[in-house]
Amino acid sequence: MRWETVIGLEVHVQLRTRTKMFCGCRTTFGDPPNTNVCPTCLGLPGALPMPNAEAIRLAARGAIALGCSVHPTSVFARKNYFYPDLPKGYQISQFDRPLATAGRVAFESPERGRVEVGITRLHLEEDAGKLVHDRFPGKTAIDLNRAGTPLAEIVSEPDLRSPAEARAYLTTLRQILVYAGVSDCSMEQGSLRVDANISIRRPGDPKLGTKAEVKNLNSFANVERALEAERERQVDRAERGERIAQVTLLYDAGTGQVRELRSKEESHDYRYFPDPDLPPLVLASEWIAEQRAGLPELPEARRARLEVAYGLPAYDARVLTSEIALAEYFESVVSAGVEAKTAANWVMGDVMTTFNESGGFPVEAGRLAGLVTLVRDGVVSHQAAKRVYAELAQHPGEEPKGAAERLGLVQVSDQGALTGWVEQVLAAHPAEVARFRGGETKLMGFFVGQVMKRSQGKADPKGVQRVLQEKFG
Amino acid sequence: MSAPAVAAATGARLVAAEASSLNATLHWSQALLDAEARRVEASPGGPLHAVPVAIKDNIVTTDAPTTCASRILEGYVSPYDATAVTRLRSAGAMIAAKTNMDEFAMGSSTEHSAFGRVQHPLDPSRVPGGSSGGSAALVAAGVVPAALGSETGGSVRQPASFCGVVGVKPSYGRVSRFGLVAFGSSLDCISVFGRTVDDASKVLAAMSGHDPLDRTTLERPAMVPPAPRRDLSGLRIGLPREYFPADLHPGVAAAMERTKTAARELGAELVDVSLPNSPYAVPTYYIVAPAEAAANLARFDGVRYGPRKVGPGGDIRALYQATRGHGFGPEVQRRILVGTYVLSAGYYDAYYGKAQRMRARIAEDFRRVFAGGVDLLLTPTTPTPAFRAGEKTEDPVSMYLADIFVCAISLAGLPALSLPVGRTEGLPVGAQLIAPLLEDERMLAAAAALERVVAAEAEVR
Repeated sequence: MRWETVIGLEVHVQLRTRTKMFCGCRTTFGDPPNTNVCPTCLGLPGALPMPNAEAIRLAARGAIALGCSVHPTSVFARKNYFYPDLPKGYQISQFDRPLATAGRVAFESPERGRVEVGITRLHLEEDAGKLVHDRFPGKTAIDLNRAGTPLAEIVSEPDLRSPAEARAYLTTLRQILVYAGVSDCSMEQGSLRVDANISIRRPGDPKLGTKAEVKNLNSFANVERALEAERERQVDRAERGERIAQVTLLYDAGTGQVRELRSKEESHDYRYFPDPDLPPLVLASEWIAEQRAGLPELPEARRARLEVAYGLPAYDARVLTSEIALAEYFESVVSAGVEAKTAANWVMGDVMTTFNESGGFPVEAGRLAGLVTLVRDGVVSHQAAKRVYAELAQHPGEEPKGAAERLGLVQVSDQGALTGWVEQVLAAHPAEVARFRGGETKLMGFFVGQVMKRSQGKADPKGVQRVLQEKFG
Repeated sequence: MSAPAVAAATGARLVAAEASSLNATLHWSQALLDAEARRVEASPGGPLHAVPVAIKDNIVTTDAPTTCASRILEGYVSPYDATAVTRLRSAGAMIAAKTNMDEFAMGSSTEHSAFGRVQHPLDPSRVPGGSSGGSAALVAAGVVPAALGSETGGSVRQPASFCGVVGVKPSYGRVSRFGLVAFGSSLDCISVFGRTVDDASKVLAAMSGHDPLDRTTLERPAMVPPAPRRDLSGLRIGLPREYFPADLHPGVAAAMERTKTAARELGAELVDVSLPNSPYAVPTYYIVAPAEAAANLARFDGVRYGPRKVGPGGDIRALYQATRGHGFGPEVQRRILVGTYVLSAGYYDAYYGKAQRMRARIAEDFRRVFAGGVDLLLTPTTPTPAFRAGEKTEDPVSMYLADIFVCAISLAGLPALSLPVGRTEGLPVGAQLIAPLLEDERMLAAAAALERVVAAEAEVR
């Protein structure tokens, strides 16, 4: 490797509160423009900020989940700049005394195995509004519903070494924050946004290269793609002996290219200073300890527990814990009496497909357990069970047994019926019968398959095999 | 007198004040006054029942514009009332008028109003002080018994001194700033003018107390107007020598001598004290206040409210430049520039950082003196009586120095008041009483005792 890539990420997540950071307005996504606004979030003359205790609690929780130290005293600061979506002409953020610092996140790097990334800081801030360019021709409209939405900004150390690694870190970060109940982390709704800093250097060089900042990254896949494009551009310049300038780049998902912002657009001196409207944020150590104690089991711990407690393969444990909801569902299925590996297979298969499509679990754990029992008892075949599952997903009230019967999927183990189907199949395939008798015993599978087909999947495969063996015996 | 009668009489006095070119009001109407009277009549019995109170035009109200005497807010009407206004109304007061002021409370003469200067009620060629000059003039002219002003660095005490009325600045955090258009948020205090200490105390008490809408209000119950003291026996009053310079105006010096004598005769013990960092208060103030102001005034950008000017090029930058360039007067622009400069990367520590450290030392001086057994401090409020209009408008620093005795107290967040103690060449002189943090009541009680014995309207020699 001639060049080493160095990446650090700044992630903004929307805290899962009902109301805004400094006023009582709702944070609901998708309401009509400028309906969730008040004097404070509109920046009207004389209005003052009132900190949202729940936002502070969630940010502290997130910080603890990321291994940070939450500071007993932190300070809100004003970040000054003019932009039409910023009602006060400054954003209330935290600057030299953030809520939390010095955390770490362990994740599975695609290249380096288990890697730890340092978390420089986590601080609280308010979001800006939104400019709407396509509503009125030739004009820009402003929607301030989002102005004042509580955010936590999470800054990582430059510990990431490839675009794929950046993506893997983001996936883990998102998992942790969702598990901790801190944020929904939905990129579609803008509740998770990423800015990436990237530079290159010679392997072994302790100094960092000149970094570029890539903004406007609207999916984890695009973070990876944009960083790939920017890495290529930097390596190209470096190979040609050209200097790499410090730039801010916008990623265009349409073309897959990064575009340089005019330097004027980014020449900001934010003139941070402590916000005189807000006394320092003081958190009692007992309160911080309470938040720590209140954290649910985090993804890594749960993964380890699933492996040990249920004897699952590492892969299964990782897939099942990728979403907290999947892990919860899996454990409910097991407590309903299903053997762990069988439950894992179901959850990673049909259940996960439905979950990815609908975001939910239309077949409750108890009903799935009932279905699995039908398979175990030979009442329905595994193949048929998948069809029953699909049916149960459509009919919330229905019991597995009833559905299987209604669909005619209950297996037939009756000796007479099985013998009838077997005889029909043997009669229809004389050549294969001859080859089997000549020693080609692997044709057994073919005969079983033919019987299953003729019985429209209803024949009990074990019974079929027994009858076939008798016939050939 | 019934509330409607008070409203009618107040309206008549406002008409007369307008006819005399005082230019103290920006918005008022008989219809609004009558509406206030009807509201008060419907729920009688508050401690301020039917008392007409004028409000400085940087305190928001829903029934009249709030312009801060600036073009940039011309015609702006707030959709909500300031906490102070709501509380005054629940105490039975009637809002009489919105008063003229230095634009965004930046000034010491009420000459920096976009809507013309306010005249001194006793001498039209002189200034009433500022920035709350309109409120001071209305009380001095006898139009209303009390009025709200706002202080960032003496903007009530200084005009109270110039106009010969009582001006009280409470401890920072005792009156909610919710609805006070911010200038220097760490300094801003809604403050009160009254004809008497008692009037001012009652208005202050009605507004005071914790407000969940202002995180900087103190978790203390509302003030109770103190019973006036009969005398000052048992009180040790400090005279900080830095506030009695050799070049003090002779009329002011004479009035202070008379006040000291009166205090002694009332039984107070007067002691010499020192506040060595107070001489740095004005330069410190002119870094801290503009820094906060530059951020606080950023919201006036022509995007959401107020008159909008579209500049050449038609882009957003041009809109900001044209709107703010036309909307803000020269003194406001000067302070925004200063504030932006002192917070800039590379200058922050040399200016803002250093000013914050000095602010802490100034406050520490007061704490040390009070901890040393001094109950109150007594100083002149201003180095001179009211100056002539135009005298200082070309020289901002000489204007800033008009606040030399009031700034340090604002930086320290302490309660202080100005009490009229005499006249020199026909112009009022004020004495300043300063109390430890949250000892507003001690200060008001002592002021009431002094008020009874000093001949505030008599010429001093």
